[in-house]
Amino acid sequence: MKHLPTLLSHELRMLLVSPATYVAATLFLGFMGLVFIKIVELYGGAPQETSPAVVYFQLFWLPVCVMVPLLTMKCLAEERRAGTLETLLTTPVTTTEVVLAKFGAAYALYTALWASTLGFFLVLRRYSGDERFLDAGPLLGGFLFIGVSGLLFVALGVLASSLTRSQSVAGILSCVALATLILGGNALADSPWLDQGLLRPLRAAVDHGHVFGHRDDFARGVIDLRHLLFYASGTALALILSILSVEAKQLHA
Amino acid sequence: MSAPPPAIEVSRLVKTYGGTTAVNDISFTVARGEIVGFLGPNGAGKSTTMRILTGYLPATAGSVHLCGLPVATRPDEVKRRIGYLPENNPLPEDMRVSEYLYFRGRLKEVARRQLGPRIDEVLEICDLKRVRHRIIGQLSKGYRQRVGIAEAILAEPPVIIMDEPTIGLDPHQILIVRDLIAGLRGRMTVIISSHILPEIEVTCDRVLIINQGRVVAQGTPAELRREIFGQSSYVLEVAGDPATLAAALATVEPDLRATPPGEAPGAGPEEFRRLRLTTARPDELGEAIVAALAASGCRVRAIGREHPSLEDVFLAATRRSWDAVQAAAPRPTPAR
Repeated sequence: MKHLPTLLSHELRMLLVSPATYVAATLFLGFMGLVFIKIVELYGGAPQETSPAVVYFQLFWLPVCVMVPLLTMKCLAEERRAGTLETLLTTPVTTTEVVLAKFGAAYALYTALWASTLGFFLVLRRYSGDERFLDAGPLLGGFLFIGVSGLLFVALGVLASSLTRSQSVAGILSCVALATLILGGNALADSPWLDQGLLRPLRAAVDHGHVFGHRDDFARGVIDLRHLLFYASGTALALILSILSVEAKQLHA
Repeated sequence: MSAPPPAIEVSRLVKTYGGTTAVNDISFTVARGEIVGFLGPNGAGKSTTMRILTGYLPATAGSVHLCGLPVATRPDEVKRRIGYLPENNPLPEDMRVSEYLYFRGRLKEVARRQLGPRIDEVLEICDLKRVRHRIIGQLSKGYRQRVGIAEAILAEPPVIIMDEPTIGLDPHQILIVRDLIAGLRGRMTVIISSHILPEIEVTCDRVLIINQGRVVAQGTPAELRREIFGQSSYVLEVAGDPATLAAALATVEPDLRATPPGEAPGAGPEEFRRLRLTTARPDELGEAIVAALAASGCRVRAIGREHPSLEDVFLAATRRSWDAVQAAAPRPTPAR
């Protein structure tokens, strides 16, 4: 793993000079800014029971399904298409180091973008003078959920990029995989037919992978080890599959 | 003390992809400090063999040793000993030349303190100093190729593998690359594949010709000429009686055969004719022929020994391998 720092700094640099990064950042910050304005209008109109931070993180899935594919679609697909993956893998670096560096750089940028939205709350508190707008509990819980779930989301993006040479196909694959995980899991969790007969064991699995449920728990300050394990094991699995995918494609290059 | 192992040792190498045999039982050895040219038509298996040598692709069967290290089981150590310029020379478009070389130097484990001076050195060697701060995506083909070569020699590896290093270069740039490779002779082992055969002949100590996944000929260009053509030939412009001429040639070498490649019909004994003389003898006979003809009263205006080009050798060797494959293939049964 001694080449990981070199590869990671290179990947971060390459992400920072990529136009897709700035498109993703602009779309993300623009969308989250609009969400925040709506929240401020809502809370300015009438008093609400929940903290604004809880409402803020409810729509997390929409920017995730757009931003993660934009940040990760290029990472392995483009390297393979251009042939630079071949030159990279003929130096003493391992496939694991390459995949981890790509993942680490995309994850760092993902968390940095989310962290920058903390500024919205700081600005609101500064101009409203109301301490309640910076409700530490839900805010910390929400950002912790973003940080933990982001591991899996970014790993899925890297996996999608390892499966194809085409950036656009990787982006679509990643978007579909994330939407299936987040929205599909939510739709299944609300399905009454899962409670019937033989399908009942499936209900436990669906509840375990219910991302919206995890978000609500984190926002309430409930840090469940099972949730952490779900994201950690999912991330590890996605990264192992990415490494295997790169190596398998190398065998048939 | 035992002699150091050869730089590259390939034994019975086989590579198949989904039923297609790209490399079929190849064996060869490259000595340390030697420059070897790897020739073959498109799809012959050159790039696949080179990729196996670098440890990027695993072999289906056979063994490859680089500086005595088995590529299959110790790829990391092998990768520390090679510089590789792949076909089409893929480079990151968004990096500056010096940044790219720094990044690659760090990956190739060049010490941070030595890396700066070494980058300056390779930029100087490859004549890239003027473009060191330019973005790679904006460079011309020639500069990009030189960036690839600079990267391959950056860590001073004992073995350099270059897949078509002169492709797409103009004659000036080819000359620079040729000098650059010649400068590595004795210090590094270089294996180059190319379609520019005169280039290979000038640069390389030895040539390996590969076709349909097999080595069809190997040796120095002179050895290959002898092996493939098996004879020397001379072109002669001479005037004199044909019977006297034949007798004079027989005194030099009995199996010296004269064929008239461009004789004018009805040319008399006083008129000059062009003749091609062929013999199995490899040594120089020009002087003896001139002396014998002069003694017999024939007038010699010009004589020269013909050298088949490496292109002729290449074409003959690949044609011979195709003929062998066709002869071995079962004939289709005629339909009744």
